[in-house]
Amino acid sequence: MKTISSLLNEDWYNRYKRISKLNIRSSIYDVNNRCNLRCKGCFFFSSDEDKVADEERDLTRWEAFIDKEKARGVNLAILIGGEPSLSLDRVDAFYQRIPTFCATNGLIKVPRDRFPDLMVGISLWGTEEDEIQLRGRDTFAISSKNYAGDAYTYYLYTITPRQIGKTEGIVRKIRDIGVKVHMQLLSNDEDVDGFSWQPEELIDIRAEMDDMLDRYPDTVISSKYYHKIITTGKMLGRPFGWNECPSVTESFDNRDPQPKRLIHFVRWASDLTTTHRCCTSETRDCRTCKDGAAHMSWVMVNKRAHMRSAEDFQNWIEVYEMFAKLYRFIPW
Amino acid sequence: MTNKIDGDAIIRRVAEVMINELKLEDVTPETFDADVDLIDEIGIDSMDLATVALVLQDEYAIHIDEDDYPKLTTIRLIADYVGQRIK
Repeated sequence: MKTISSLLNEDWYNRYKRISKLNIRSSIYDVNNRCNLRCKGCFFFSSDEDKVADEERDLTRWEAFIDKEKARGVNLAILIGGEPSLSLDRVDAFYQRIPTFCATNGLIKVPRDRFPDLMVGISLWGTEEDEIQLRGRDTFAISSKNYAGDAYTYYLYTITPRQIGKTEGIVRKIRDIGVKVHMQLLSNDEDVDGFSWQPEELIDIRAEMDDMLDRYPDTVISSKYYHKIITTGKMLGRPFGWNECPSVTESFDNRDPQPKRLIHFVRWASDLTTTHRCCTSETRDCRTCKDGAAHMSWVMVNKRAHMRSAEDFQNWIEVYEMFAKLYRFIPW
Repeated sequence: MTNKIDGDAIIRRVAEVMINELKLEDVTPETFDADVDLIDEIGIDSMDLATVALVLQDEYAIHIDEDDYPKLTTIRLIADYVGQRIK
């Protein structure tokens, strides 16, 4: 019988044991339905998710809801929006109860005296030019001032096809303000001209992402296997899609056969009752979805499938470590 | 702790369920080491455990609490857990 210790050398086995029992159980929460930006391609607004539920405004109901979430085993609350920083009392309710990650555009600084070790992920969509075209303003100019040197923050750099050849400039400017960066690919939910990926562009950007990881290992939180999965849409020869996605809300999941999935995963709307189909846009075609978290979770839940060789399992370990670092279950 | 005969039978059955449900290769209920760490060595995760637990719950008419999964790290520990809950 194949065992993990027989597959790995001592160093890799020790790395595996550092993460093997983390048992991360995440769910995603729309903290509100509002944002101080309107980005072209933002899945939340492009698929009218801001209209499916009225925000719960009673903080005591949020607190009771979060207590229930904790009781059902959630140990990682991923806060998205709208824009969570517009509702800091709700963010605080999570922060006081569950390990919490807050996605934000970075225009409002999460006050560190109130949230000293809250994990913050700042969205960034490219160069100043692309940011202005897609988001209406250069957010980095502001977010970089708000979060320079922050040890609990990373940039979630959503790469667009127009970024090919330009990623180093972005990585360097993030490095220069003393923050980490993780990369994912734009899914272009609103079909903005020139922002949909072509096959040859995906090959090019994979090479570029690998290069960034090699050249800026202290800044880039990533793995080459993740780059491969997200640019090819394939893992161990299997294509990503509805039949494989791990990040489907439990009550929507009527798939047969049941794929490996995140246990008890739910994406909650801001009324604390409505749920969304999955971690991203309900209108998105799963076959072309490039959601980074869904793809890394896809790898993570398929652990035993990666036990076919030492190389495959080392790839699995690197992706799990990447996830654990991004949500600070282990240090950078 | 269950008595020896019941305990051995349960161990064998837990191994059988695990092999069948998780499609484990190159192992039989007889060769499955009851003390091997299922997570650190076999790569079992909580969804695998849930799959196995569902079968064992039906078969032995017991409830396996999800909060207890982290303690169920070997076949022997699972068998003990099941044995303690059989009426």
